[in-house]
This record gives sequence, structure tokens and C-alpha cells, in this order.
Amino acid sequence: MSIIKKTATVVSQRQIGTGIYDMVLLFPEGAREAKPGQFLAMYCNDQTKLLPRPISICGIDAEAGTLRVVYRIAGEGTKQFSEMKAGDTLEVMGPLGNGFTMKKEKAIIVGGGIGIPPMLELAKQLDCEKTVVLGYRDELFLKEEFEDVADVKIATEDGSMGTKGTVIDAIKACNVDGAVIYACGPMPMLKALAEYAEEHQMEAQISLEERMACGIGACLGCICKSKEKDHHTNVNNKRICKDGPVFDAKEVVFP
Amino acid sequence: MNLEVKVAGVTFKNPITTASGTFGSGAEFEEFVDLAALGAVTTKGVANVPWEGNPTPRIAETYGGMLNAVGLQNPGIDLFCKRDIPHLKEKGASIIVNVCGRSMEDYVDVVERLQDEPVDLLEINVSCPNVKAGGIAFGQNPDALYEITKAVKAKAAQPIVMKLSPNVTDITEMARAAEAGGSDALSLINTITGMKIDIHRRKFVLANQTGGLSGPAIKPVAVRMIYQVHKACKLPIIGMGGVMTGEDAIELMMAGASMVSVGTANFHNPGATMEVLQGIKDYMERYHINDINEIIGCM
Repeated sequence: MSIIKKTATVVSQRQIGTGIYDMVLLFPEGAREAKPGQFLAMYCNDQTKLLPRPISICGIDAEAGTLRVVYRIAGEGTKQFSEMKAGDTLEVMGPLGNGFTMKKEKAIIVGGGIGIPPMLELAKQLDCEKTVVLGYRDELFLKEEFEDVADVKIATEDGSMGTKGTVIDAIKACNVDGAVIYACGPMPMLKALAEYAEEHQMEAQISLEERMACGIGACLGCICKSKEKDHHTNVNNKRICKDGPVFDAKEVVFP
Repeated sequence: MNLEVKVAGVTFKNPITTASGTFGSGAEFEEFVDLAALGAVTTKGVANVPWEGNPTPRIAETYGGMLNAVGLQNPGIDLFCKRDIPHLKEKGASIIVNVCGRSMEDYVDVVERLQDEPVDLLEINVSCPNVKAGGIAFGQNPDALYEITKAVKAKAAQPIVMKLSPNVTDITEMARAAEAGGSDALSLINTITGMKIDIHRRKFVLANQTGGLSGPAIKPVAVRMIYQVHKACKLPIIGMGGVMTGEDAIELMMAGASMVSVGTANFHNPGATMEVLQGIKDYMERYHINDINEIIGCM
């Protein structure tokens, strides 16, 4: 599998929540190769910002040659992305990382906050019994699209929708069961899911994030602590961009 | 058009190499760069034993640059010799190994271990701002730099290149200390110590609090220091600091660099080294320069 860097064209962009944007990029080489759970390195046209932004892939359309990203404005770089219109171009590199390993066993697909988008393509492609559990602070996004492909349970921090509390609270309240958890979201959520999976003898594949520079495994900026020795340095530092971003939860030493 | 340059008696096919730590040992960049087309690959710093490096976050972007505090995570010399050197040789690359350590013995250990390896130059990293012991401590004191240069030189089979820190009052004093200690060449500049604060969370962005600033933001400092060192001592210079384009590389060479390392640009564009090399050729063509050596230190 090869990594492509090229100029991609924005096909469309719309705002779908407070500070949350939905962008479709024409990137046929990337769309052909991409798997759920992989990400793109997106470069700013403003040359004072050198490093690519790692953004998870939310949708893959190989036929149309497009990749969809749903992202939140986190700083000046993503703000500049949000101002782009159809026809604008930017440098992208990808698909990067390993992606989820899709199993046949009953699945619990969990997304928290801006970790929700990468779970959509997985929910579409997973060919098995599946339940989706989404955790929001308050404002919902992408919910209907998940409902098109799976049964969806919601948790909100303020209780304005679904179970009040965390995704774990929703899993318990709704008696969601399965053999494999797939998850992306904030670290405390992933840690709680890892513990939940261990307690219930389930497999858990979790997608991590960290500040990174190169995106291709060279700079060693984005490591996470791992139980086994890593292939690159033979210490206990797996590279999130290259060895991940998806890890077996049992491999990860949580901070 | 001649692009061949000589550093410490070693001939390189062109003046472009990679700045240590920005290019791994080359493998991650092979989809973008033919390693044999580079003057040399300068590898990430390697110590006598594996180092885990610093906690994350290790990276912070800044205006026209970035801070890193990776802390020299590396696999140690044994795995490096077994895996990385053979791979680079198989790809036809010339090799500059960056050597790091926490004590003088560490550096000497690594250099001894490399005696029979097919390595062209040894770049001795006495200027990393991100490790507590060793590293920069040797690079900020002329007497310590002289001593470690002498100790490394005594055991090195290949020519040594002391890598200088810009975090000093007078870089020429350091250059002369390395020259007196027997260094065969110098490389400069390593990163400039910096800091970034997240004002919304009132926290340091880097777990290490401080990090090394690199990228185009530091290029004028590199040009100035290369120029000063070139005037102050006779050693050939591998120049680095914010090179993004062929024009940037030419500027460092005019200031006195015989070779130029491309660093942070590799994160902005993994094919940056090849674009810089093409930019050098374009410049030479435009100004009818037949031999790149004509411009080295011309200022």
C-alpha cells in the first residue's frame, strides 16, 4: 500500500455543528486505497504553518474518487480549512496509518466527540451485527447517518439526549453487548472502554491521537506507551501515525 | 554541471543531506525520495543503548517553524548497525551517522562500535537541547567541547563532524574549540531552545516545557553563524537551519557551508530534499555556474 501526496480539490464543504465542518476532497488515489480508521495529513496553504494536520477519514467513495473528512476547528490551521470552498485546492497526503481490522463478530462501535467521524465509514463497511454508541457533550452531529446503517445509542454529558453520562453509561443502560469494541474519542473514554472490554473479555480496537510532525513514522513525535517493544526503536513506544492510530487496547499503556 | 562536494576528504555526489532526526534512517521516506540521489543520508541520533525519549506532547508548531522535544529516542547502536546501515547501503546511500550520548564514554562507545561499518562521516551531537544529561552540556562549554572532541577523534575510524549548538554567546569560540580538539568538520546549527505556552489552558504545550526551534524561522540565525564560523576557522561546514528551497541552500553555501542539510522541510513535504536539489541546479543554470564549489563561502 502506498502513501500519496498531492494537490486535492475541495468538492464541497458545509458546517454541520458549532465549529464542526464536513469537507469532501477529490483525491482518487487516496480513495482507492483508504480503509476505515485511516487518516489524512492535510497541509495549510498558509506557508507559515509547516506541519500537516492529521484528520481522520469519515467517508470513502472509491468510485467518485473522493474522501470525506469531518473535523472540528482546533486552531488557526483547521480554521483556514473551514474557510475553503468547492474548487479550492490544498496539499494532502494519505491514506496514513493502519485503520481498523474488521472482524465478523458482533460489534460495538463507539465514538466520542470529534472521535465520532472515523467511526461512520467503519459502521458502513462492517458486515456483521453491530450497535453504534455515540457520546456527545450536547450538540449532535452525524447521528442520522449512523442510524441509516446501524442501531444507534446516544450518551450526552448534559442528558439532553439519550443516556446522561458517558458512552459506558449508555452501553450499560441500553444493555449493548458484542464481542469487539471499535472506538475513537478522548483518552479517558478509550481508557474506560479498554477496562470495560477487559472486564467483559471483549476485544477492543482503539484509535489514538497525538501531536505529530511528519505523519509517516520518521519524526517520533507521536508515540504512545506500549506493553510490547516497538518495531522501530525496540523500547516501548509505538508510533501512533505508523503503527496506529488503531491499537489493540491491551497493547496500550494509558497515561 | 558539477555538484560534487568534499567534506573532510570524503566526496559526496551533491551537497544535500538530511538533518538528523527529521529523516529517520531513510526508510520512511523511500516512497518519496531515492536515497541514492542524496549527497548523503544523515541518520537520527544513535546512542550506545536504546533511549525511550521524552513524554508526549513532543511537538509544537510555531510561526514559520516548530518546536520538538523528542529527546533522542533511538534503538541503540546494535540494532542500528544490524538493521539501518545495511538497509541504507542496499539502497546505495552515503551515510552520515549522528552520534549522541549522556557521557563521554557513551559517545566513545558508539564511535568504536562504528569503526568497521561502511559509514562516511560521524556527526557528533553535542548540542541537543532536549536531554537532561550529556548532549548540550558538552556543546555550551568550550573546554568540555575540546575534551570530548579529542576523546571521540582518538577512537573514530571515520572523519568526525562536531555539531554545534546555536545556544551560545559566541559560536566561533565553540568552533575553534572543536577545531583544536581535532574535529574534521563542523555542522551547524542545531535547534534553538524555545518554549510555547497554551494560554487557554495555562499549560506548557510540550511535556518537556522547552524544545528545539527549527524551520524557516531560524534560517537567518543559521546563515549568520555559518558565516561567522567560516571566517573563524578552517574546517568545512555542513550547514543547516530552515532550508526549504534551493535558494535557501545556496544562501547557506554562500555563507560558508560545503554541504546543506534539509530538516524540518521534510515534515512539510517528504520530497523536499529532491526539490531543494533541483532548486540548486536551477540556480546554477540561471547564473551559469559550472561548479557548485565556486559559491561555497563566497561572501
